[in-house]
Amino acid sequence: MSLSKEQIAQRIAREVKDGYYVNLGIGIPTLVANFVRDDIEVEFQSENGILGMGPFPYEGEEDPDLINAGKQTITAMPGASFFDSAMSFSMIRGQHVDLTILGAMEVAQNGDIANWKIPGKMVKGMGGAMDLVASADNIIVAMMHTNRAGESKLLKRCSLPLTGVNCVKKVVTNLAVLEITNNAFRLLERAPGVSIDEIKNATEGELHIDGDIPEMKF
Amino acid sequence: MINKIVANVSEACQGVKDNMTLMLGGFGLSGIPENSIAELVRLNVKGVTCISNNAGVDDFGLGLLLQKRQIKKMISSYVGENAEFERQMLSGELEVELIPQGTLAQRCQAAQSGIPAFFTPAGYGTEVAEGKEFREFNGKMHIMEKAFKADFAFVKAWKGDAAGNLIFKGTARNFNPNMCGAATITVAEVEELVPVGMMDPNQVHIPGIFVQRIFKGEKYEKRIEQLTVRKKD
Repeated sequence: MSLSKEQIAQRIAREVKDGYYVNLGIGIPTLVANFVRDDIEVEFQSENGILGMGPFPYEGEEDPDLINAGKQTITAMPGASFFDSAMSFSMIRGQHVDLTILGAMEVAQNGDIANWKIPGKMVKGMGGAMDLVASADNIIVAMMHTNRAGESKLLKRCSLPLTGVNCVKKVVTNLAVLEITNNAFRLLERAPGVSIDEIKNATEGELHIDGDIPEMKF
Repeated sequence: MINKIVANVSEACQGVKDNMTLMLGGFGLSGIPENSIAELVRLNVKGVTCISNNAGVDDFGLGLLLQKRQIKKMISSYVGENAEFERQMLSGELEVELIPQGTLAQRCQAAQSGIPAFFTPAGYGTEVAEGKEFREFNGKMHIMEKAFKADFAFVKAWKGDAAGNLIFKGTARNFNPNMCGAATITVAEVEELVPVGMMDPNQVHIPGIFVQRIFKGEKYEKRIEQLTVRKKD
């Protein structure tokens, strides 16, 4: 069974360690916050200017002056801080953020990522993604393994305009957990009940499979 | 104390002309200079270049200027919320320069600080880097980015005083402080204009030297773009 978006987020949450400052992108990455163990201390940074982002507000308590990078109303945790955009990106480019989790349209086996533009069709912009991927050491991509047409999003080379080069280290999809190393996707884990062949068929890029591949644990 | 107060929004916007370059603070619809935008619509200035992280939504924020075809060029990092924007851009009516968000903030900051250019790794190897100067620092490639040049910066703060000192609230701060003093004239609109001496100097985010004109906004709609809430148990 391939994973739901919530389950992808749940699996990625296991990569979040005690003491981490974490930046979550829009989409599946936002859901990761819901699944982080409550016995560890983690602070979420949102690039529009908050460190220590909390859950959505209770009904009626929403504040238009308190949103996340997805423009959703949020709350601030005890110990949170607000800052301007330049300082926010000082945290990001200055490598003070420990883990970046973001979505992608395509990832290549050399770690290139594309997620901001489909020429002639969709141009939303890169937001903070180019700053994040250019500077972060620890980047995890959360995405579906294939697009709506069933084509692989894990490629030999990205076909869409790039967001960053040689930067993605790990990819978690609805089918698998993969590490990018030696110009290939190395299969680390598979979704419960998903076969190696299913993953092979859905991966256009070079796929390395060494020994037995365990199923993901949640 | 040098008094920066102007009577109203129309006095604050005096001197804005066609084809100027304008900076506008805000992230999404949070912390946007609502009153100044309304005045720019009323003045019907044309052919302006806007430097702003986002382009508003169809019927609010910079979307209002887009509707009236007042904008010639947008310099932004993310424009996904505005269908009219996307239409004008894909049809070629609107010139658009999309740049990384951190680069956008730093180009404002550089203009504010008198730094003509800086190097950043953001966008290296992508179309953002095309035509720009590269340099390697510490084994990593960087792109040279230049400070913005703008005629007016329109920012929105929570509180301000006659000296032009500003305090921002929550994530409505965003690009507003970085744009202060980054243009020839900075216009600050505030929700509360407090008497001089009532603002604790320790709490001031932006000193008045970066602000030329300040006024109290007549009204604030403060529209929420994505209302997300949870239920009480």
